[in-house]
Amino acid sequence: MAVRDIVLYPDERLKTPCEPVETFDAELRDFVEDLLDTCAVGPGAVGIAAPQVGLLKRVCIVDATRARRPVPNHGRLVLVNPEITAWDGFAVGREGCLSVPDYTGNVIRAEKIRLAAFDLEGKPCEFEMEGYEARIAQHELDHLDGVLFLDRLVSRSADLFRRKG
Amino acid sequence: MTENTQNGWKLLTLVGPDRAGIVAEVSRVLYGAGAELGEASMMRLGGVFTIMLMVRLPENVADLKGLLESVRNEFKLRVHVDEVGAGLHRHVDPDVRITVHGADRAGIVAEVTGALARAGLNILDLRSDVAGSREQPIYIMTIEGVAQQGYEALESALAGLPKDIRVTLSPVDIVRG
Repeated sequence: MAVRDIVLYPDERLKTPCEPVETFDAELRDFVEDLLDTCAVGPGAVGIAAPQVGLLKRVCIVDATRARRPVPNHGRLVLVNPEITAWDGFAVGREGCLSVPDYTGNVIRAEKIRLAAFDLEGKPCEFEMEGYEARIAQHELDHLDGVLFLDRLVSRSADLFRRKG
Repeated sequence: MTENTQNGWKLLTLVGPDRAGIVAEVSRVLYGAGAELGEASMMRLGGVFTIMLMVRLPENVADLKGLLESVRNEFKLRVHVDEVGAGLHRHVDPDVRITVHGADRAGIVAEVTGALARAGLNILDLRSDVAGSREQPIYIMTIEGVAQQGYEALESALAGLPKDIRVTLSPVDIVRG
């Protein structure tokens, strides 16, 4: 149980695709505890991915329960080897990142997604997400592919052309 | 937030007829003199190119205006320099966005921003355009800010605005992960 240091942009580890988790063991569980602790103290954080604390493995937290306003959510999720299997619609929204302090920008994301992953015990699970929670998941899964929201910025005036589904 | 007026950041304003190469030449000259550039807003307004730019000069250079003399002449720029205590790492997250549009007429900005200010909005960013045709101009404005008295206060304030302007208030929910 420990809060780990956040890896900050432009650290190369944030630009590196992560390896899948192969074994669901005590080491993984300990790591996830640290990841949860680190997310909990991150200012305004609603998610975090393993490379943000320096581990290049496909593990992330998605926690829409920490949204400023209540939003539809599946609780605090630990996602191992997650994959998005379906996308629907798109929307512009504002994002920031623990690894990129003092900056927020607009990013286009799918409005709804279906996501397949494994839980901490290695059990397969599937979620249908929309809106804010879907945006967190897409932001965190990007981290696992070495992609940052900075790679997806669109102009502020893109807000005007927001579309749904 | 610490106010530090001794940190040396100046706010440089440049305006002039729009043409290609203004930013490149201004930044080339400043870089050549060893200046640092900070945050900036640069855009074309009414056919004029406008630059607002944070600049910090090295200790051996004092005269920012003098430094820009040649580029000022070449591009017919108006130059203005302020030392107003600007500094980096002072971003504030917006929590609301307001979009406004309607047939252009006098008073839209005063009415909307007046109502918003009375309801506690601190504006962080405002962009506006007059578009449409010459005969039927339309006014379009987007505002981002902080609702210092809460979202509902802004909702109530905007409900009382004249109905010829369409105003949309929406929360900015930042995903930080």
